[in-house]
Amino acid sequence: MDPECSQLLPALCAVLADPRQPMADDTCLEKLLDWFKTITEAGSSLLLLQENPCLVELLCHVLKPQDLSSRVLSFSLRLTGVFAAQEDCFQYLQQGELLPRLFGEAGPLGGAAWTAPTVRSGWIQGLRSLAQHPSALHFLADCGAVDTIFSLQGDSSLFVASAAGQLLVHILSLSMRGLAEGPPGLQADDWPPCAQKIVGHIEESLRSTATPQITQALNVLTTTFSHCHDPWTQVLWVRLHPLVAALLEKDPVPAAHSLVDLLLSVARSPGLSSSSCGLWETLAQTVSHLSPTQAGLLALGILKLQDCPQALRAQAFAVLLQPLACVLKATAQGPGPSGLLDSTAADSVTADMLPPSKAACVGLLCRTLAHLELLLPLPQRPCPWPQVPLLGAAVTLLQLCGGSGSPASDAGRQLCALLLGCVRVQRAALDFLGTLSQETGPPELVTQVFAVLLEYLRSPDSSPTVLKKAFQATFRWLLSSPRTPGCSDLDSDAVLFLRELLPVLQKRLCSPCWEVRDSSLEFLTQMTRRWGGQAGFRHALLASEVPRLTEQLLRDPESYVRASAVTAMGQLSSQGLCVPSAGPEHPGGQQSLLGELLHILSADSEGFPRRAVMQVFTQWLRDSHADVVGDTEQFVAGVLQVAGQDLDWEVRAQGLELALVFLEQTLGPSRSHCPYAVTPPVAAPAGPLTQALQSLCRVRLFEFAFRALFDCDRPVAQKSCDLLLLLRAKTASSSSLQEPRSSPDVASVEAALQRWRAGDQAQPLGDLEPEVVLAVLRSMDLEGLRGALAESSDHVEKSPQSLLQDMLATVGIRGENEADCY
Amino acid sequence: MELYCLSGHPTLPCNVLKFKSTTIMLDCGLDMTSTLNFLPLPLVQSPRLSNLPGWSLKDGSAFLDKELKECSGHVFVDSVPEFCLPETELIDLSTVDVILISNYHCMMALPYITEHTGFTGTVYATEPTVQIGRLLMEELVNFIERVPKAQSASLWKNKDIQRLLPSPLKDAVEVSTWRRCYTMQEVNSALSKIQLVGYSQKIELFGAVQVTPLSSGYALGSSNWIIQSHYEKVSYVSGSSLLTTHPQPMDQASLKNSDVLILTGLTQIPTANPDGMVGEFCSNLALTVRNGGNVLVPCYPSGVIYDLLECLYQYIDSAGLSNIPFYFISPVANSSLEFSQIFAEWLCHNKQTKVYLPEPPFPHAELIQTNKLKHYPSLHGDFSSDFRQPCVVFTGHPSLRFGDVVHFMELWGKSSLNTVIFTEPDFSYLEALAPYQPLAMKCIYCPIDTRLNFIQVSKLLKEVQPLHVVCPEQYTQPPPAQSHRMDLMIDCQPPAMSYRRAEVLALPFKRRYEKIEIMPELADALVPMEIKPGISLATVSAVLHTKDNKHVLQPPPRPAQPSGGKKRKRASEDIPDCKVLKPLLSGSIPVEQFVQTLEKHGFSDIKVEDTAKGHIVLLQEAETLIQIEEDSTHIICDNDEMLRVRLRDLVLKFLQKF
Repeated sequence: MDPECSQLLPALCAVLADPRQPMADDTCLEKLLDWFKTITEAGSSLLLLQENPCLVELLCHVLKPQDLSSRVLSFSLRLTGVFAAQEDCFQYLQQGELLPRLFGEAGPLGGAAWTAPTVRSGWIQGLRSLAQHPSALHFLADCGAVDTIFSLQGDSSLFVASAAGQLLVHILSLSMRGLAEGPPGLQADDWPPCAQKIVGHIEESLRSTATPQITQALNVLTTTFSHCHDPWTQVLWVRLHPLVAALLEKDPVPAAHSLVDLLLSVARSPGLSSSSCGLWETLAQTVSHLSPTQAGLLALGILKLQDCPQALRAQAFAVLLQPLACVLKATAQGPGPSGLLDSTAADSVTADMLPPSKAACVGLLCRTLAHLELLLPLPQRPCPWPQVPLLGAAVTLLQLCGGSGSPASDAGRQLCALLLGCVRVQRAALDFLGTLSQETGPPELVTQVFAVLLEYLRSPDSSPTVLKKAFQATFRWLLSSPRTPGCSDLDSDAVLFLRELLPVLQKRLCSPCWEVRDSSLEFLTQMTRRWGGQAGFRHALLASEVPRLTEQLLRDPESYVRASAVTAMGQLSSQGLCVPSAGPEHPGGQQSLLGELLHILSADSEGFPRRAVMQVFTQWLRDSHADVVGDTEQFVAGVLQVAGQDLDWEVRAQGLELALVFLEQTLGPSRSHCPYAVTPPVAAPAGPLTQALQSLCRVRLFEFAFRALFDCDRPVAQKSCDLLLLLRAKTASSSSLQEPRSSPDVASVEAALQRWRAGDQAQPLGDLEPEVVLAVLRSMDLEGLRGALAESSDHVEKSPQSLLQDMLATVGIRGENEADCY
Repeated sequence: MELYCLSGHPTLPCNVLKFKSTTIMLDCGLDMTSTLNFLPLPLVQSPRLSNLPGWSLKDGSAFLDKELKECSGHVFVDSVPEFCLPETELIDLSTVDVILISNYHCMMALPYITEHTGFTGTVYATEPTVQIGRLLMEELVNFIERVPKAQSASLWKNKDIQRLLPSPLKDAVEVSTWRRCYTMQEVNSALSKIQLVGYSQKIELFGAVQVTPLSSGYALGSSNWIIQSHYEKVSYVSGSSLLTTHPQPMDQASLKNSDVLILTGLTQIPTANPDGMVGEFCSNLALTVRNGGNVLVPCYPSGVIYDLLECLYQYIDSAGLSNIPFYFISPVANSSLEFSQIFAEWLCHNKQTKVYLPEPPFPHAELIQTNKLKHYPSLHGDFSSDFRQPCVVFTGHPSLRFGDVVHFMELWGKSSLNTVIFTEPDFSYLEALAPYQPLAMKCIYCPIDTRLNFIQVSKLLKEVQPLHVVCPEQYTQPPPAQSHRMDLMIDCQPPAMSYRRAEVLALPFKRRYEKIEIMPELADALVPMEIKPGISLATVSAVLHTKDNKHVLQPPPRPAQPSGGKKRKRASEDIPDCKVLKPLLSGSIPVEQFVQTLEKHGFSDIKVEDTAKGHIVLLQEAETLIQIEEDSTHIICDNDEMLRVRLRDLVLKFLQKF
């Protein structure tokens, strides 16, 4: 601890100990505690206490009966724990009887302060910190803390209850660590007393009939197996396994959720060899005992395990698939198997296995779909994957929800009434359907997929979120539709589908609901990006009204829609898919789009459309878009001028991105981005360096970058700094431009920059010469600036000394204010 | 209690309820779908329509070719359109005491009933219902009368000929009763019989029943009706809506505890959600106009059009349609737009509060002010000089058989740029379009029907819990086209009773009680005696006085004083003889004790037999029977009055007298 802090500490301890001066802000106490933790981690706690007796005084003081705030009491308990983590310091505090008085029966435990959850939490955390050495174990045993922790497991505060469980795990692990020779035997006598006590408590809880007790025990075990992987955990599991298995014999199975968590954490634990402990049998038993709503999560967990017996995997997968099998069964036209489950399992499935209440049925189906969606991309997913029946199930669910399903049986009709118009199932099924596009299916089923997607896109009853998901799924299925490997074009069926899709898209672009217009535009952008160069797509799109409607949406009243329209138009234009407007106010379509986008950049009141315009422009510049190629310099100059004055920092940052692209095109590509990249054959710079720099000067790139360098938004300044550093590196090799080191021009520019840095950016830099720019660049401490910008904004104020001063100051002000009152 | 069902159309009902001594007609809807069998009446001579070929029978005989014309495979009657009236033969309509109207769509047959059946009663309806109903009738009469048609076809109605005609003419029901439209004079006369009522107003009918209109949430002034006596309650729910549109919200609470709930006028398109349809309407409208096409919206002059205009008011700016003119053409357009603004008390809360600001409750006022919405009585006159394309035209009639819409169909039908958007659910759009085929114009069907759907009905029934539900038969099974949709029918317990046209339904509950008032002085004189804890009895001697279906117990007149002299009395002043009152008996006779008593009094050879209802005590010696049942005791003995009296007195000992 530095001397300044040492000097401030006594005053602070006095303030903390004074109940008349309550701490207004307990984040200070947290910061203070963090600071003590760093100090004790680096050095001796004992020394710290000896050098600063005020700390011990504070700890003693809080024990006196008084109205001390619960925050300070909690803080003191935690602080004591931090100090007592070191064994010598622990002994020191023990001598003063401080520890038993703080943590024992005589302390806050018995007092009124104990009713505050923060005090109970501080007590637990204090013990958690100090329980690091064998002496601590003895202390815990002597002062009866373990029993208190048992009772705190059922605390009304969830934080306290959870911390109590974790503390038990920590103590158990600590006491087992003390064993000298290998893991203990199964006999109780072999176990250290503290561990024996905890395990005994767990056993007792597992035998209990009260579900909360069982839940607590299971949670403690779950934490144990997920955090401790020492050999003794295996013994523990062997010892407790019969009790856990006995839970399955109860009906209903108590604390099913926690049981699932426990079994999965045991199965995942590297410390246990699963085959020897009867784990697989227990898992199999559990999967078959739990109700479908509870078993889904366990089944998913089993399927994610790396080394699991095939039979168990098959059983788990069958459980996971069961709800969808029920759906298929309920809607099947004929009696044949749906193919989702093997014949024996399929026979036992009946449609009425689905919960009869709407909420439960919808919840189960959504969870099932989400679980399967998670499973699909995993390497250990079940094989063979039942793609065809799953696709069938997803389509059937969507048809039932949309009202187009025609179930033949009563069960199917009931299911239909339950699911009709259910947005949750629609969303989950569309997501799942989209994921299934990674694999394909038989053509007639794919036709059904596209039919149901089209139905959803068409339906006036599709909610905006459902519609968005339908668009996403459609895109994914279109992506997966090419049959010829290696060919990215749309096949003829997809083009036919597109003919039906575009009228729907047209209508959706005119929807009164802005979310719908927005997601339609996003979908259009995606499609154009992917297939904009493909003849079938181009013909269909150009024959429709979509491009013209998109152009009209540039003037939409909703800013998100304008932004999406800008992106979509940018994409259409890049692919040459903009239709020239016929109206007299738009002579020459393409040119007017550039004008229109520039107008949005300079005049739109919302940030999103302006950001979108900058992104489009950057992309156009990168792709050498026809509009831009004509007079690139004029384009860049115009854009930078407008972007530089924008109030939105993201627009300014995007301006720097555009500047960087222009810079690279002018000076040749940058090679500093990835040091490991294979350097492509270096393209010769566009021209001699001087000419390139003159070009940069003409577009006023430097003025833009210098202004950005002193931007009040850090990301902009950082980006500008990087850009200028890159420029300096690129020009460093050139010797021809190093002459005018101290010409009057340089001085005036530097003076102007000084004023800019001070905040006065009114004065422009005027026309700059390349030589002057380079000179200014070299004279600037850009590296230093970059370092300063990289620091977090509070780095100056973040010292412990300032923390102590702040805490004292707030109290001081309070005191003054009090004095003012009289 | 009976229900006579005069209409088969579930949303245009006409039922007669006989309840207590009253005969109440519930709505008189006019089924106008019959007009779909007729050729449209063009406002301007249409060469296409007048040159349609006549239809001839298969054998080539062409005697019908003046009456029937063929267009794209469909056959139409070339005559003034006719309407299918409610059944008039099932019940003598001159006996109807009152007609209750629930909304302006359900009163279109009123002139036929009030003017041609000998009806002498009163019609009850709310003010907006009457005013807007008048507008609808006025528009209808105007549409038909302004294009007089010389020809009236009747040959085809001959039953033997009708059988030979193609569908749907062949299947049209009761064509002989179809009637031409009424005249304005008949409308005025019919409307003069209406008495205006307000929501929750209680109207006494002959003292027998009370009727009360309640807000139904469907249209301006639309109502459901409660018809109740002291002990019975019948609710009539017709055309109700739970959606938040312009009218006052539906009053559900007052429908609770009904014995019978008659449920009609549910949504005609249960699968179309009105919100989705409005979105669809706006999207298609914008799409057409942006492509330079015109939009035609065939509609009624009141109702959903107010909501559509409100949606468009919010939408047109955002869709960049500010420069597109909206035209509303109807002989009653002006009145409809103005009327809607003055019925503040009949509007939903939001719109009511606007009136206090003060602002017009509907935003179409602003559309008119800013010239975005223009209205004209007809396409003749000012409209032709203002007309600018592309535009959106709202005009009637939704059947596309008469009204200005016929002209626009002829005008715009040839271009695929134009769109006709059907929003009214009353007519099948395919049938409406049949005489205009082939048609290049795009057709969009977004029926907007805000009336209750089946999910809402099932919630409503759960909420109000009527003992019995009565509804048209169409609501008790899924629609024929979607037979698997079990959700598209009324599902309640006990199952709803259904009716169809020309059926008489005995409503499934019996009246058990009648309320009788007791005069205070008579009540004062009563001396109740407690016979069981909590139950007291008293005998009442009084005169039951019944007048205007009200029953009153009055004190009996004093026994006639022997007044000397005046012996002559007028018969009408005769007062009933008041005999000396015998006491009433109560209690039961314990058989064993009774037998013991008999034995004590010297009767022997007593046998007791148990019967289903009680006991028989046999005095074999005396050849006498005593039948003791729950509510009667009989002593049967042969002409031995002494014995009977002795036995009677013994029986009486066990009973209480008061």
